Amino acid sequence: MVQSLRRLRESPSQTAGPYVHIGATPNFSGIEGVYPHDLGSQPLSPEVKGERIVVTGRIFDGSGTPIKDALIEIWQADALGLYPGQGERRGEADPHFPGWFRQPVDGTTGVYRFETIKPGVVPYFDGRAMAPHITFWIVARGINIGLHTRLYFGDEEAANMADPILGRIEHRVRVPTLIAARTDEDGMPTYTFDIRLQGENETVFFDI
Amino acid sequence: MRNENSSHQGGSFYQRDRNWHPPAFTPEYKTSVLRSPKNALLSLGNTLSEMTGPVFGHNMLGTLDNDLILNYAKTAEPIGPRIIVHGQVLDEDARPVRGALVEFWQANAGGRYRHKKETYLAAIDPNFGGCGRTITDDEGRYWFRTIKPGPYPWPNGVNDWRPAHIHFSIFGQAFAQRLITQMYFEGDPMIWQCPIVMGIPSREAVERLVAALDREATLPMDTMAYKFDIVLRGRRSTLFENRMEGN
Repeated sequence: MVQSLRRLRESPSQTAGPYVHIGATPNFSGIEGVYPHDLGSQPLSPEVKGERIVVTGRIFDGSGTPIKDALIEIWQADALGLYPGQGERRGEADPHFPGWFRQPVDGTTGVYRFETIKPGVVPYFDGRAMAPHITFWIVARGINIGLHTRLYFGDEEAANMADPILGRIEHRVRVPTLIAARTDEDGMPTYTFDIRLQGENETVFFDI
Repeated sequence: MRNENSSHQGGSFYQRDRNWHPPAFTPEYKTSVLRSPKNALLSLGNTLSEMTGPVFGHNMLGTLDNDLILNYAKTAEPIGPRIIVHGQVLDEDARPVRGALVEFWQANAGGRYRHKKETYLAAIDPNFGGCGRTITDDEGRYWFRTIKPGPYPWPNGVNDWRPAHIHFSIFGQAFAQRLITQMYFEGDPMIWQCPIVMGIPSREAVERLVAALDREATLPMDTMAYKFDIVLRGRRSTLFENRMEGN
């Protein structure tokens, strides 16, 4: 026998289930009056610096059917590449920018939509630049442990080519699953990021 | 260095043990079949994007946010056994995680959720919403008051029932620690018959999700208590890491 390391084990994950909206976005689910608004749903304040963008898309299951009961959280740096909240040691992020948003997918169409800003460049641990990206975390009925992935921007070709994470993807045919194409909708830059949980063009998900 | 909520800072998080958590594909839980990625996850490790996370201040909380008995009560209190759920949010080194936002949601005492897609026959309770939230204190402690949820049937097998449970969502110090799980109640035989629970590979891991009846925290003649500790991923000290960026 040796001494015990005396560490605990992480609590096991369980699915968020079909009623995750009751807890995460109660006003969206029709439970009003408990919280003034759903956390993570507030519009950007006009003071936030950076290019306004829309990020939208759907999540498809292995049959190609859009799922209609998912919840998505995104986490991203500000326009200068600094993270708000905790864990950032390089400087002060934009004080008006929360960096974190949460939205349900639409219960009929499965479409999600975030209004945010395009993030700046964040360094990898070795100092190389990571291309601008947004972290996605997806939970739903049938997903036993939350899925992490990243959105990269289709109009950042040079930065994406040099990105150390995208560069590690051995099967190059899978890289485009992480890249959102840019269009302009009513003058607003709009990035469409569809997520495929399984099957053809399955999105790259990360173990972080 | 601002807004830090722990004295232990900075390093990367311990690898998540994917054999301890339920795998993505658990065919007895049928919905997982088409919602489980088939490719291996790409090992990303931690970058600044995972080692940072949002901060939620106590000032965002309403006074009834952690009281599900009162936070939706319209004409009376909800029906059902009155319980307190309390515990500590810790990391894998048993350090308290302070300032962690903990959200919870659940069915009512009859096993019915207040949700338009819910079709179970059991009655809606007009005085029960079923959601709440709190933020851990300096010792990582949290508590809330609610009614004990009932078990309910669900369309998986032709006769599958969920054990009584409360859903939990926890934000730690970084997005790498983000976790959603469920709490079960000591002594419930249905835990061990549930396809969602049994997706967890080991009995030992399942037991980490079973809250103990806590008689010492019970309010006599008033409210029963259950204790439910939550463990988030631990992290290395920057003292032992040599990273140019990201710590």
